[in-house]
Parts: sequence; structure tokens; C-alpha cells
Amino acid sequence: MMRPGFADPVQDAQSCFRAVLEALSRPGRVQTLASGLTPPAPLHAATAAVLLTLSDAETPLHHDAGAEADAWLRFHCGCPMVAIGSAAFVLAVTPPPALATLQAGTDEEPERGATLVIQVEALEAGSGWRLRGPGIEAEHRLSVRGLPDGFLADRAARRGLFPRGVDVILCAGDRIAALPRTTLIEEG
Amino acid sequence: MSEDLQARKRWMGVLAKASADAIRACLHTAPPLPPHTRLRGPETGLVMLRGRAGGDGAAFNLSEMTVTRCAVTLEGGDTVGHAYVAGRDRSQAELAAVLDAALQDAARRPALLAAVIEPLAAAQAEARATESRKAAATRVQFFTMANMR
Repeated sequence: MMRPGFADPVQDAQSCFRAVLEALSRPGRVQTLASGLTPPAPLHAATAAVLLTLSDAETPLHHDAGAEADAWLRFHCGCPMVAIGSAAFVLAVTPPPALATLQAGTDEEPERGATLVIQVEALEAGSGWRLRGPGIEAEHRLSVRGLPDGFLADRAARRGLFPRGVDVILCAGDRIAALPRTTLIEEG
Repeated sequence: MSEDLQARKRWMGVLAKASADAIRACLHTAPPLPPHTRLRGPETGLVMLRGRAGGDGAAFNLSEMTVTRCAVTLEGGDTVGHAYVAGRDRSQAELAAVLDAALQDAARRPALLAAVIEPLAAAQAEARATESRKAAATRVQFFTMANMR
């Protein structure tokens, strides 16, 4: 059965956009979205809200969330579904793909790098990884449950590409946190 | 096109051309509609109308048109009703979408067709006939030149 999207598309998408902006400008800080969404499984409310807010007919999407979520995303976002190498947004509800398979942009147009939305089991501030970099005064700590072990190493190995790269938005339940390409992460 | 699709095309066309008041007037005699959930809209936007000169000319953009669309689903069912109507009447779009969803249910269809779609279609045909009668009264027949030869 098809489920509804945002109850008030303009207001809800704007407040969600604000939260995403806040998350990206303060890497690793956990934001809570009150979206009121009941998306089809396996999507969490926060994942669905981020995609409803950011993707539309002009942003090709790639995902691994299955047929029901596919129909829901096509109906509400109207985004074209493409192969992973040409997607502007990539949604991973299972362990995320290797970052090298995503668009990284070009040196002239680094903004063309893909945004990877990963749905994880839990996000908690205060322990776990140590984050440093732009947007963080000294250090920020974030613990993420449900990411494969190789993810940080894969991300660190691609730092040399800067300004090209991939930005990551982590979603769990109704919470999000972001890891822009500039953020340095050490395991805590 | 299958028969079901033809029938649906017809009732969607009739509903798109009927005003919200006309639909509501017909609904008084129809069985009550089940509660519904809005999936999208009703929302108003523009669509580009495309034209073509003659049968084989190149397509060109004729103008933009204001359209209101709505998609709903009925409680307890998984059918989705859609409506695209001209203008910015949100209640017409929503009513048309609910009726489209209800009409897809074979159990409800006969009663709704009889109570809503047929009267609306008859009224629209009547209005069209009146219009073309008025136009026909002003028609000019060019037969004098041919007769003079």
C-alpha cells in the first residue's frame, strides 16, 4: 500500500532542510527530525525525510532499499533511478558501497560529488569516534552502530582527492548526523 | 487499451471537466465514500501545452496551463486515485481523486457510475450540444459563387 509523504510538504521539507544544513555545518552533531513520516520498510523516518527534502526530478538516485521503497521514492520524489556511478544521491540501507564507486566530482566542479545517505542502527553523541575539522571547534565525538569496519579506512584513503569527494549523511530512526568530506575521523 | 483502462479514462475525463459543486450535488444520491488519506496534494502547478501545426508539423510549446493535481488512497485498500484538473480548485481535484479510487473498486463502481458519472457526462454532453447549436446558428454557407457559374 502506498504511504503518504510529508503532511505539509513546504513547511516540513524546509524544517528538514534546516536540520540537514545544521548537521552538515556541524559535522557529527546529532540532529533530531520531527517529520511525522511513516515510510515503507526498510526506510527509517529520518532517511525518508532527508530523501524527500533533497531529491527531486533533477537529482538521480541510486538505492538498495527494495521494491516498496523504490515505488514510494519514485512517487514522492519523482527522481530518476540510475546506476551508482551516475547518481547524485546514493541511499544505502545495507552496508554501504565502496566510496570509489560513487561520483566524486571534478576539480573544477567538486560540488558534483555524490551525497551518500547511510541508514545505520543508532547514532549517539559523546563517545566513539573523534571528529576534527571545519565546523568543529576542538573535537566532537560520535558513536555509530551498524557501519562496517572498513568504512573509516575507505574514507580516509580518499582524502587525497580533496576537493573531490563524497559527503555522508548518517540516519537512524529520527536522528541524523553528517560527515562532510572535510571532516577528519579517528577511531576513539 | 484494455476495457478497464478505457472506462477509467472516460470517468477521469468526466470528473476533470465537472466543477466541485456539480460533483457534490451528484454525491447526495450516491452511496457514501469511504474515508481517504492524501498521498500528494492537492497542489497547483503549471503544465506546458504542446501544439503541432497540421498533422505533421514540428511540435511547439503553445502555452502553459494551470493544473491542480491530487493523489489519494482509500482506507483499507491499496488502490491509488489520481486526478488532474484544470484551474486551481483544490476541492475538485480531491473529490475527483477520491472518486477515481472508489471507481476502481469493482464493488462500488456500478452505483457510483450511475449516481455520479452518468449524470455528469449527460450534463456535459448537453452543454456541448447547446454550444454547438449556438455556433451553428451563425454559420455562413458559401454556395452563391458556385451557383452563379
